[in-house]
Amino acid sequence: MKLYDGGKIFIGLIVFLAFATFPFYFNIGKVNAKPEPKVDTPAIQEWEKLNGKKECVESKEFMRTEHMQLLNNWRDMVVREDKRGYISNSSHKRFNMSLQNGCMNCHSNKKKFCDECHNYMSVKPYCWDCHIQPKEKEENKS
Amino acid sequence: MSMDRRQFLKIAGISSVLGLGATAASATHSIWTKGLSPEEVDKNKEALLAKRWAMVVDMSKFKTEDDFKKVFEACHLTHNVPDFRNADGSVNKKDEIKWIWEAPYEKAFPGQDNKYMSEHIKDMPFIVACNHCENPPCVRVCPTKATFKLPNGITMQDEHRCIGCRFCMAACPYGARSFNWRDPRTAIKNENKEYPTRTKGVVEKCTFCTERLAVGKLPACVEAAPKGGMLFGDIEDPNSEIRKIVTNQYTIRRKSDLGTGPAIYYIVGGSDHA
Repeated sequence: MKLYDGGKIFIGLIVFLAFATFPFYFNIGKVNAKPEPKVDTPAIQEWEKLNGKKECVESKEFMRTEHMQLLNNWRDMVVREDKRGYISNSSHKRFNMSLQNGCMNCHSNKKKFCDECHNYMSVKPYCWDCHIQPKEKEENKS
Repeated sequence: MSMDRRQFLKIAGISSVLGLGATAASATHSIWTKGLSPEEVDKNKEALLAKRWAMVVDMSKFKTEDDFKKVFEACHLTHNVPDFRNADGSVNKKDEIKWIWEAPYEKAFPGQDNKYMSEHIKDMPFIVACNHCENPPCVRVCPTKATFKLPNGITMQDEHRCIGCRFCMAACPYGARSFNWRDPRTAIKNENKEYPTRTKGVVEKCTFCTERLAVGKLPACVEAAPKGGMLFGDIEDPNSEIRKIVTNQYTIRRKSDLGTGPAIYYIVGGSDHA
């Protein structure tokens, strides 16, 4: 069996492989920064002082996986049922079902709280097309 | 195993009844999915409640241009209503967003004028807004139920669901709905951080300040109006102030002959007028 134009074919293959695997060897040794959402805003620290622990509406694990569903239900409750208070199953405390006047009062660090994971996962929720995000200091950018 | 016709029908009937029962039971809890239910969801203690909210506007109490301006500004600041202007500073009528505005008599009450009417009433601007109709045509035409009636009579707008089809704008006989042709954030000077803005492509209107009623406050326009100029209350409550006014005085509503059942009542003229 004879291979015609072998040189060209192999050069072509090598060039192709070089391009196709470029992302892999380009990132060798670099550890992709894990998203690390911060929960250290003044409001949260204040809460910790008063209550002895950091706590959200529901447990940390629950909020991590289900916050989108929770927010979805909250908005239906507020807009469509005209009910504003959420009494938590885990802490039995009452929370104001509001993104701008509830969640973001504590989590005033949208960039380090919301965007940190959303950017990593490349999800783009459109909350902030309408809801006004809290003003953040530039120093948080680093 | 064989089954005769009678047995088959019995089993089919029982299972369909059970099936319907199961769907009805699951439908009542559908909003909170498994593992995601609060202990309770309730209304604020301080919330103002009513069977049917309504408003009385006494035009005789509005004397100066400033009286009107205060009312419009209070509403627009509270709800982040954009103010689109042309290059020369005049209102951009195409992009304008209207929650509460003024209209001359012949626009507010068409067909009710006559040629002997006093110039004063003919030229007087009337304060108009969404009438929160009892039988709202906008709700009937909305394909996504983005606009709907709350049990307290308010015609509410759910911007999350609005797809911007503008059927409601065609249906509303009062022109009380505005479409966001442009990003409203470019035309809001002072943002109220406690209330959202809207986005390009949705319809918006007055909501009778649902969010203020929920924290025990009267609507922003009512607070800003001159004393007695705008009254707000439960029209179904026979002892409420506005019910007494509507019963004891002569009031008119906008285009009530259309059968929409508007909830804003107007006192035109009155003793304060010359």
